[in-house]
Amino acid sequence: MTLRMRARLAPYLLILPGGLWLAIFFVIPIIALLALSLDTGNLINGFRETFHVATYVNQLSQYHTQFIRSFVYGTIATAAMIAIGYPVAYWIAFHGGTRKSAYLFLLILPFFVTFVLRTVSWQFLLADQGIVLGTLKNWGLLPQGFRVLSTNFAVIAGLTYNFLPYMVLPIYVALERMDKGLLEAASDLYANRREVFRRVVLPLSIPGVFAGILLTFVPAVSDYVNAEILGGVNQVMIGNIIENQYLVNNNYPQAAALSFVLMAALLIGVFIYARALGTEDILSVSSG
Amino acid sequence: MTTLAPPAAPEARPVAGERAPSRRHRLRQPRGHLGHVWTWIVILWLCLPIFVMIAFGFNNTKGRLNFQWQGFTLRYWGQLFAIPDLTGALINSVTIALIVTGLSILLGTPIGMALGKYRFRGKALTDVVLFANVAAPEIALGAAVLSLFITLGIPRGYVTIVIAQVMFDIVYVAITVRARMASFDRSLEEAARDLGAGAWTTFRLVTLPQILPGVVAGGLLAFALSIDDFVITQFNAGQTLTFPLWVWGATRLGVPPQVNDMGTIIFAGGVLLAVLSVLIGRRRSA
Repeated sequence: MTLRMRARLAPYLLILPGGLWLAIFFVIPIIALLALSLDTGNLINGFRETFHVATYVNQLSQYHTQFIRSFVYGTIATAAMIAIGYPVAYWIAFHGGTRKSAYLFLLILPFFVTFVLRTVSWQFLLADQGIVLGTLKNWGLLPQGFRVLSTNFAVIAGLTYNFLPYMVLPIYVALERMDKGLLEAASDLYANRREVFRRVVLPLSIPGVFAGILLTFVPAVSDYVNAEILGGVNQVMIGNIIENQYLVNNNYPQAAALSFVLMAALLIGVFIYARALGTEDILSVSSG
Repeated sequence: MTTLAPPAAPEARPVAGERAPSRRHRLRQPRGHLGHVWTWIVILWLCLPIFVMIAFGFNNTKGRLNFQWQGFTLRYWGQLFAIPDLTGALINSVTIALIVTGLSILLGTPIGMALGKYRFRGKALTDVVLFANVAAPEIALGAAVLSLFITLGIPRGYVTIVIAQVMFDIVYVAITVRARMASFDRSLEEAARDLGAGAWTTFRLVTLPQILPGVVAGGLLAFALSIDDFVITQFNAGQTLTFPLWVWGATRLGVPPQVNDMGTIIFAGGVLLAVLSVLIGRRRSA
């Protein structure tokens, strides 16, 4: 083999083992998911491919409430993350001084606690007779019937809490990269603080906000852990339905159809979004 | 994917305005203090469940319901491994994470190198596949792999958990290594070749040391994602339990203090590893 040929083959040889793994266990499974969603049958008699498209219609008409609820919760939680997280990223980037790394470390500290356990801790905290509500009720500051668990608020707050660091970090990276001389220049040109923010800082930090939305919206919409642990019957999200249909009821075609719709909706949205903004930029911001 | 990036973030560059004290004062005044307070409120909010987890591991609770503070005890730390299922689940979590990390490094590093070093046909396709993998909802990834196993009649368990976790961890290792390749100096490899080093020697003595920090960071990220993974694992676990799955199963009955204690150990171990990796990275770059 000549040296040039070897150089041309090198990238393919490097990609081959991992690429095969991804082909067999990521690309093919998506086809398997689509195929399974068009099956009919049940666990006992087996499933057969019948290209039964009606499953999609049935499932969507049956579970559109949960679908819509998931997107509404995801949108509110993502907006809340921007509102809460942007000032934090801003403050650390511009006023963090030599302690920037320490502040960022504190922000990601919750990630060292298992996701499920973090959420269970909120269940502890917010329990009807738990340390917060129970105490306030004993002091007579809250009516006995007051509750936080099993409300929309609890689930949306849980989603906001769990994914917030993924919003703060890319915004921080975008702000940190900013040429601070631009702020100088703007104020030298008699822009006041508000104008500096609106016309210089904000536009330059938008890629970070977009990357943050990308990292948080998809997991928030498709989450079922928060709704299960912090919510009640009226907070069921589409993820809960899919999980239940697959793992409890074994209604595989129905579950596969719902998964496929959820994935297609989110992935198409993400690809349009990324195309509009440039994938490279998002990947580079999100990997720091 | 960002979990390990921030500690490596570049140290604060001096703000341009700091040379002129009067202007710094003007820029900092009101928002600086409000922002400071707000940042600490958010940090306390984020860390509150950690305090709760640690504290309730010392709670002298009577039944299984661990919701109210009933006094301090070390009893449950003494009985840390008294629940065999839970202990088994923790062992599964750790061994799976180790296997998955090893496989992901082996399979993901070459992809990152290829993407960072070469231009080739199919590069764009590879990028799209990696991006789709990161962007797709976890539940759909888990459901897709499960659908493959259902279709092929493969029973779910330990092995299928490993397969499914490697499927998403490869990508994070590849992205981390690729980012590291940006600063890769190809002329060093060529120099080694010119000096008569073979392909393997060049890789071992020149290429590997350059990309090693990326591989280590990717590996740590893969380990963290694996040990914490819930959704994809739950879909492909069958009857096998990992630590997060055990906790999930216990939520309805009440989580015993041993869970808090094990969570505390994982937390402490993770923090220790992260601090060590930052310190080592800093010493290297210094």
